[in-house]
Amino acid sequence: MLEQTVQYILSGLTIGSIYAIAAIGYNIIYNATGIINFAQGEFIMVGAMTAITLSAFLPLPLAILFAVIITALLGALIEICCIRWLDRPSVLRMIIITIGLSILIREAALHIWDEKVRSLRFFTGNEVSSVSVFGAHISPQVLWVLGICALIVVLLNVFFKYTLTGRSIRACSSDKMAASLCGINTRNMVTLSFMLSGAIGALAGCVISPITQTQYDCGTHLAIKGFAVAVFGGLGNSMAAVAAGLIVGLLETFSITVMPLAYTDAISIAILLLVLFFRPSGLFGNREAGRLKEF
Amino acid sequence: MIRVRNLESGYGALRVLKGVSLHVDKGEIVTIIGANGAGKSTLLKTLASIVRPRSGTILLNRAPVVRSSAETIVAMGCSLVPEGRHVFGAMTVVENLALGAYIQYKRGKKYEIEEDLPYVFSIFPTLLARKTQLAGTLSGGEQQMLAMARALMARPGLLMLDEPSMGLAPLMVKELFSVVRRLRDEGKTILLVEQNAKAALGVADRGYVLETGRIVLEGASRELLDNKDVQRAYLGKEYRKINE
Ligand SMILES: Nc1ncnc2c1ncn2[C@@H]1O[C@H](COP(=O)(O)OP(=O)(O)OP(=O)(O)O)[C@@H](O)[C@H]1O
Ligand SMILES: [Mg+2]
Repeated sequence: MLEQTVQYILSGLTIGSIYAIAAIGYNIIYNATGIINFAQGEFIMVGAMTAITLSAFLPLPLAILFAVIITALLGALIEICCIRWLDRPSVLRMIIITIGLSILIREAALHIWDEKVRSLRFFTGNEVSSVSVFGAHISPQVLWVLGICALIVVLLNVFFKYTLTGRSIRACSSDKMAASLCGINTRNMVTLSFMLSGAIGALAGCVISPITQTQYDCGTHLAIKGFAVAVFGGLGNSMAAVAAGLIVGLLETFSITVMPLAYTDAISIAILLLVLFFRPSGLFGNREAGRLKEF
Repeated sequence: MIRVRNLESGYGALRVLKGVSLHVDKGEIVTIIGANGAGKSTLLKTLASIVRPRSGTILLNRAPVVRSSAETIVAMGCSLVPEGRHVFGAMTVVENLALGAYIQYKRGKKYEIEEDLPYVFSIFPTLLARKTQLAGTLSGGEQQMLAMARALMARPGLLMLDEPSMGLAPLMVKELFSVVRRLRDEGKTILLVEQNAKAALGVADRGYVLETGRIVLEGASRELLDNKDVQRAYLGKEYRKINE
């Protein structure tokens, strides 16, 4: 019984942390630009697919490193081509653009990689190796996912709090005009947020790939979950997204014990709807801040 | 320091500045006074390249400013403290100041920044006591001080202040204006936009009167203070009193 509970908790935390990273990806771009980048899920897919392809020629760590860099560059490309030249676009226009981009990237991925389901190899061991935690047998990859997601969160916090560039990005989110009056090139900071968002998405895609596998359209699913989590935590609040992600992950896994498997996906959507109805500023967001935002 | 000729500027179809010419020499305090909506903030924002001019020329330290971005103006030594403070509310006082020194960091002037921090705290001792407080929780007067301190961290030669006295108690206004005088004495050049014409002309060397996008009057502060039209329109004195 205990083993089974531990098993559920760990697998809930695993998918939950991936949702959290996807949500943080939304938040970084949302904070910098006020827009929801619906192509966030595609960053995850492109990161994983690129790493899978590269891992045929390169050692795994290098393949992942290049995949992260390439996805970051894709993020920069998207921003420079589709976002940068827009002069104060409306929210609706941005939504349409990013949804369009997400479809475009997905179709391009279909052409590049076909529709086969692939997966990156396990970071340590293989499908059958397992470690035991409180009697529960889990794949070592689960520990990789938890570890890397935790590392991403810690590093992002350090970056935004203590580095000049991180502080500049925060300055741009809080007041663009004031930031440029400090001498900060606000457009470059927006590009950088897209790169950052792409990079962490790609890294998340790589660590999860051995467990969940990757296909050209797997981004959509994660994008929806990530979005639900971002809204649940309160848009723009990355630490809240972590908590919200873990909660959603746990709810999903435990729902299997009381509901048919097919309903797990409905959980996050139900949460999204409930939050939007009753607490649009999110679980941890304050109402004031929620009202100040653009939607 | 800065020379402006025939500057025209506005927003979309709205023309706000209709040919403004002015200059500020090194070491001067120059004030621009004018009624609400005269275009004072638009003028400063245009000088800071937040708003693009339609026509006219701006020379900053003899170098023409053409289609440049707000960041390059800061790098050229001209900083604007915008109307309404615009401090980074979710960041601490020290973080705000560090961002003010952004271009200094970019130039690799770590040593100067370490000097500048105690310097701005010596000008605004209140900020030192609130070092780790979030800027959004500061009082209006403290936020104004922080906004000025943040601009000073970039070591500007020309400091442009847009209504620093807005919403402040008379005592606070006095304190801020004595800081303005101190900065001038330390070699800064200051362009001061004010509603509070009396206080502004009291501290400035020269002044311009802006009315609906045009400079209608200019001169030494003394002259402007004695000018009947200025007295009536901006100093709140009545005809009767002036004629007495
Ligand atoms: N961002 C903007 N978009 C459109 N119009 C604007 C904008 N900012 C100012 N205006 C208009 O430009 C005109 C001049 O405004 P400006 O802010 O320069 O006046 P001001 O002299 O600073 O007034 P105040 O003393 O009230 O601050 C006003 O009619 C205003 O409505
Ligand atoms: Mg104004």
